[in-house]
Amino acid sequence: MQAPEPRRCRARTFKTRTGALGSVLRVSGPRIEPGAEPAGAGSGSPEPAGLSAGVRARPVRDGAGLGLAVGVSGVAFGAAAVSAGLSTWQACALSLLAFTGASQFALAGVIAGGGSQLAGTAGAILLGSRNTLYGLRLAGVLRPRGALRLLAALGVIDETTAITLAQPDPAAARAGFTATFCCLYLTWNLATLGGAIGAGRLGSPDTFGLDVVGPAAFLALIWPRLRAGRTERQVALGGAALAVGTTTVLPVGVPVILAATVALAGALAGPVPDPGPAGDSESSPGTTS
Amino acid sequence: MSGTWVAVLVTAAGCYGLKLAGLTVPQRVLASPRARRFAELVPVALLAALAATQSTTSGHTFDFDPARLAGMGAAVVALLLRAPFLVVIIVAAGTAAALRAAGFA
Repeated sequence: MQAPEPRRCRARTFKTRTGALGSVLRVSGPRIEPGAEPAGAGSGSPEPAGLSAGVRARPVRDGAGLGLAVGVSGVAFGAAAVSAGLSTWQACALSLLAFTGASQFALAGVIAGGGSQLAGTAGAILLGSRNTLYGLRLAGVLRPRGALRLLAALGVIDETTAITLAQPDPAAARAGFTATFCCLYLTWNLATLGGAIGAGRLGSPDTFGLDVVGPAAFLALIWPRLRAGRTERQVALGGAALAVGTTTVLPVGVPVILAATVALAGALAGPVPDPGPAGDSESSPGTTS
Repeated sequence: MSGTWVAVLVTAAGCYGLKLAGLTVPQRVLASPRARRFAELVPVALLAALAATQSTTSGHTFDFDPARLAGMGAAVVALLLRAPFLVVIIVAAGTAAALRAAGFA
């Protein structure tokens, strides 16, 4: 799942935050959002006890809003999964346990195309690898311990990372992470169930255009990154061309995995993001890169 | 247990393990800017590949279904107009459904 464009009334706030996602991996430590209100950023008080309710209200409100808005799209996943041939419970199990939209859509997509389950699983897990990077970034901010870490790990996804790293201090970051995770998890899972049940009651999925839901979702998910840079666009075009071009000769599902080599080429040949773009020069101390 | 259930549970375990690894392993592991860039670009390449193959192929053969392609075209227009995620999906599916209902495809 990646944060889609938000509802109109909040567009500015969320655009800033989800836009920060692209630089999330290059900046270490809590990031002060450029458009943050002085009330949120100005306290400068690191100890949680010193935070007023007002300081936490903003990350909670933003996180809950984003969670609701994105979570509703679980309907699309539930419908796509059932159309692909998964049972309602299999769709729900993916949302409950994997809880990362792109991987879930990918597995359903390969199964729908008649691909091998091994290829589908490999592609889905490969797509989930970016969450490892988010976890690396979040670990320094959230510092979860013990059983709490096991629970927090489930919530390490695009949206929670965007909200968490946009907060001015660790307490606000934790509040934002918790609010986003809880709200998105509940909404996403309920929406998955609703979409799966709804699609299961329809006749032919194609009649309702459900075969377009998967590919349209993939396109919408990468759209913000395509706007982010030329390398992203080249990698997307190259990956798409390679996958389509090898479809007739490789086992179903494998061409998609092969597209990862284009990402590797882009990472090796493209511009190096280090030591960080000019906009990130104000990143807080403790930067590891 | 069916093969699909195995795929579902292995995917779930793998995705969770990758998340947990991020919270657990030392920060230095992925300090290389190239490694981080690769991880940034992997979803771009894979999702683009998925979108392209699912739009234009079926199994091992090309399958240019007019309604599906029109649906994808409508999705692009919606994205260019900065429509929210769900609106993009609804517009895409609705376009394909409408064309099929009208007998164009």
